[in-house]
Amino acid sequence: MGQSQATTSLAPAPKAALPALTRFLPDRAALARRAPGAARTLLISLASMAVFLLLWQLSASYLYGVEADARIARVTQEQGEAAGAEMAACIASGNISCRPNTLPFPGEVVQAAQLLLADHRAIRAKKLAFRAETAPVNAARAEQGLDPIVYTGRPSFLDQVGTSLKTVAVGFLISLLIAVPLGVLIGLNDTLRIAFNWMIQVFKPVSPVVWLLLVFMIVKTLTLGSDSDTSFLISSISVGLCAMWATLVNTSLGVSSVNKDYLNVARVLQLGIGKKIFKVILPSAIPLIFTGMRITVSVAWMVLIAIELLAQSPGLGSFVWEEFQNGGTDSNAKIIVAMFVIGLVGFLLDRMMFWVQQRVSFETVRA
Amino acid sequence: MSVLPAPSALSLRDVVLDFRDLTKVYPTPTGEYVVLENLQLQIKKEEFVSIIGHSGCGKTTLLTMIAGLNDISRGQILLNEFPITGPGPDRGVIFQSPSLLPWMTALENVLLGVEQVFPQASRAQQRDICRYYLDKVGLGNALDRRATELSQGMQQRVGIARAFALKPKILLLDEPFGMLDSLTRAELQDVLLEVWDKEKITAIQITHDVDEAIFLADRVIMMTSGPRAQIGDILDIDFARPRVRKDILNHPDYYGYREHLIGFLEH
Repeated sequence: MGQSQATTSLAPAPKAALPALTRFLPDRAALARRAPGAARTLLISLASMAVFLLLWQLSASYLYGVEADARIARVTQEQGEAAGAEMAACIASGNISCRPNTLPFPGEVVQAAQLLLADHRAIRAKKLAFRAETAPVNAARAEQGLDPIVYTGRPSFLDQVGTSLKTVAVGFLISLLIAVPLGVLIGLNDTLRIAFNWMIQVFKPVSPVVWLLLVFMIVKTLTLGSDSDTSFLISSISVGLCAMWATLVNTSLGVSSVNKDYLNVARVLQLGIGKKIFKVILPSAIPLIFTGMRITVSVAWMVLIAIELLAQSPGLGSFVWEEFQNGGTDSNAKIIVAMFVIGLVGFLLDRMMFWVQQRVSFETVRA
Repeated sequence: MSVLPAPSALSLRDVVLDFRDLTKVYPTPTGEYVVLENLQLQIKKEEFVSIIGHSGCGKTTLLTMIAGLNDISRGQILLNEFPITGPGPDRGVIFQSPSLLPWMTALENVLLGVEQVFPQASRAQQRDICRYYLDKVGLGNALDRRATELSQGMQQRVGIARAFALKPKILLLDEPFGMLDSLTRAELQDVLLEVWDKEKITAIQITHDVDEAIFLADRVIMMTSGPRAQIGDILDIDFARPRVRKDILNHPDYYGYREHLIGFLEH
């Protein structure tokens, strides 16, 4: 009896296992400790935003002053004292026709944002009206096997954001389709790694603009004779080519640096090559592959603006360029609005990838 | 000190593992480094052997050569009279770190090997084998936990289940409890012995721990320090099985064995 007690006290296997499990439940105390940290983060962020806005306001008003003085001085010199005084009065009155054109004030940017939103609503209403109006005609055309009549008016700012997101999505898909399989092959095979190494080293730092020109050369020739608009295709392929490198390098690194213990397990079990790749190597490389994909999304969104701007394909890039070119009174403010939208969308895309990364990864991912 | 049994003492049929002039040489920039030299050893069927020695004496090299993960420089290791040329699931390895695939559950980790060894068995049969062994190591209620969610001790339990579930000819244990705290270690030694008493798979275990060696093994093989490590001494442990820790600790022979081993290691 005494013996059996001694054994059970030394080997309470399942019982001892249970308290260990609770370690993996969320720790209330730890969550509570984190809460003041969150409040502090919010407070500091809000305070730094206020400082940012203040500095922006101050520098805008300084630049406004410099621009106004220069304009008054020029008019005075060219047309005399009276014209100069008239100009000073005009500027002081805030008349749009003589407004100094420089860095916009935060308030102006907010106004421009509201204007763009109102513009979007107006265009949307127009579109819906057009669709309702053409519905019977289109139904008739569909019966005759003709293409429907579509709205071809000016796109709103939000439409442009949508187009940009579409371009980035297609570009991202292109880069995944190239980089993940290629990265796996390079990671598995030393010969391929050496064969591709120079290419990766040389092409990785090439500017998005040059990629665009290269893609343009090729796509232009391949689509000869077709009158469809190739600008979307060109810009999404360019985005894909610019952004794929992070995924390529990370995938091959992940595949080639699998923990030796896991490979030993595969060797002892004599797993076939397919099982080895899909059950051991790829799952083990997933965290790095997704790190690469996260970088790829950020890079894709960043180069997109420059590429759209040059490719003249619709989207945020061309919006920014057109606003810069037409030099309207609120153009500068609209450009700044676009800047914030670009930043926020990029931030959201990154958060999204981070979320996906956490879902698929067996390791804890750092933000 | 020469207590080496003459080869004739064992009938050939009972020898599972036969080391013949086993030598391992690592090339280094300054010439060859001989880890093991002309090692002779025979291991019987259903025997539990512990190999003990100082760090760097080539214990792990020896074990990885049996596992087929490390090339043999000279000589041979015969497994049931056939020389070992590479790794295979007929030799189950319990690694020092549990080496579970962290993206799989406990069950999937065991299943990966079972599918390999019993490909003809139905899906349900394969799962039953895994469940049986996981239950035996006390993880019956943690089958679907991911490896990352298990404590180190629980992970090593899965490692034990994985090795036994392959129904190997030989079980190789590379300091399997070295990374665990002493309480967990004792617990897992009991778990290991419990499963082993049922399966009686010839086992070779490497350890630093004198008490572990005595508690688990039928024979303790003491290795001299490298380079050119040799078998220094062999100690037969004549405790009856199944063994109960308390009985072993109170056994009159226990401290004699212990002193013998410590005496050798401190020599």
